[in-house]
Amino acid sequence: MNATSPVVRGQELNADAQALFRYVLRLGDLSLVLGQRLGEWVGHSPALEEDLGLANVALDLIGQARLLLTYAGEVEGRGRGEDEIAFLREHGEYLNAILAEQPNGDFGQTIVRQVLIDAFQLEVYERMTTSSDERLAAIAAKSVKEVLYHLRYSGGWLVRLGDGTEESHARVQSALDNLWPYTVELFAEDELDRTMADRGVAPRLSDVQAAWLRRIDEILAEATLRRPKDRPHSWHGKRGQHSEHLGYILAEMQHLQRTYPGARW
Amino acid sequence: MSNPTEDRRQWPLYEVFIRARGGLDHKHVGSLHAADARMAIDHARDLYTRRQEGVSIWVVPSKDITASDPAENDSLFEPARDKIYRHPTFYEIPDEVKTL
Repeated sequence: MNATSPVVRGQELNADAQALFRYVLRLGDLSLVLGQRLGEWVGHSPALEEDLGLANVALDLIGQARLLLTYAGEVEGRGRGEDEIAFLREHGEYLNAILAEQPNGDFGQTIVRQVLIDAFQLEVYERMTTSSDERLAAIAAKSVKEVLYHLRYSGGWLVRLGDGTEESHARVQSALDNLWPYTVELFAEDELDRTMADRGVAPRLSDVQAAWLRRIDEILAEATLRRPKDRPHSWHGKRGQHSEHLGYILAEMQHLQRTYPGARW
Repeated sequence: MSNPTEDRRQWPLYEVFIRARGGLDHKHVGSLHAADARMAIDHARDLYTRRQEGVSIWVVPSKDITASDPAENDSLFEPARDKIYRHPTFYEIPDEVKTL
């Protein structure tokens, strides 16, 4: 991050607006990056029906990202719109948890990542419908219906694959073992999360985690999968420290706006 | 989850019926492949209701539908052709009848 990067410039905002800006980016970037990842499946899914299913979920996520990043731009108050925020930030300015940027892998790995994030978003958005921030409450109310379907779709697949053949079971269990450590970051409460919860803007992450675990355990039990043990983590996508994967995602996602600035269609 | 005697390389076919609005019939809109009924509903939702086409979905395994044999069309459908008196428009309505 360099001295002129927008997030650093954002520090000139008053502390409340700055905190809200960064929190909204965390939510928006989670949807944006996951939506972009899912979009990579288009044309490559195991069946035409799944192509449409994954693309529908991806479009919902991009829609949520648009609402959230537009709002972030308004909170920031520097005239940046959704496109500028989505396409013209640098690597270290994205504040999504790094679970979202993990590679698609096989279909089973995509589904595992999806279940973990769908359940997280569902618990967050459900609680956020009563946020003290009216705009976030409205976005949450719209998104919660979409996410409920996302989890129905991904959860249905996880049960089908986990409780399927020996091979499908082994593949999703292995994906779960690999991705589980990244879930720790979703619930690692820092100063920003605490401030947002104290102001009634966002739910308390410890509440979200307890509900998320109950939901995940139910799905895993039905899918005959074993929940991996929590391990300490050392990544901080929520603070802008990302895995190498995000660079490749941004290269593809930002290419058009950087080559043809202001392009619209 | 699936019947091992079925062809595992291809998901079974389902016929999809959508109710456009409350009070209307479910109408056949097409078919899709799915591994089970729940997946068929999900796929039908994604394929056939993405532009608000419906408020209710039915899916039926295509193999459970019994169809008439096109080879029997002559005996099944031809006989109805010359029985125009089965249409209400065949009958002249007396002028005295105002509302029918």
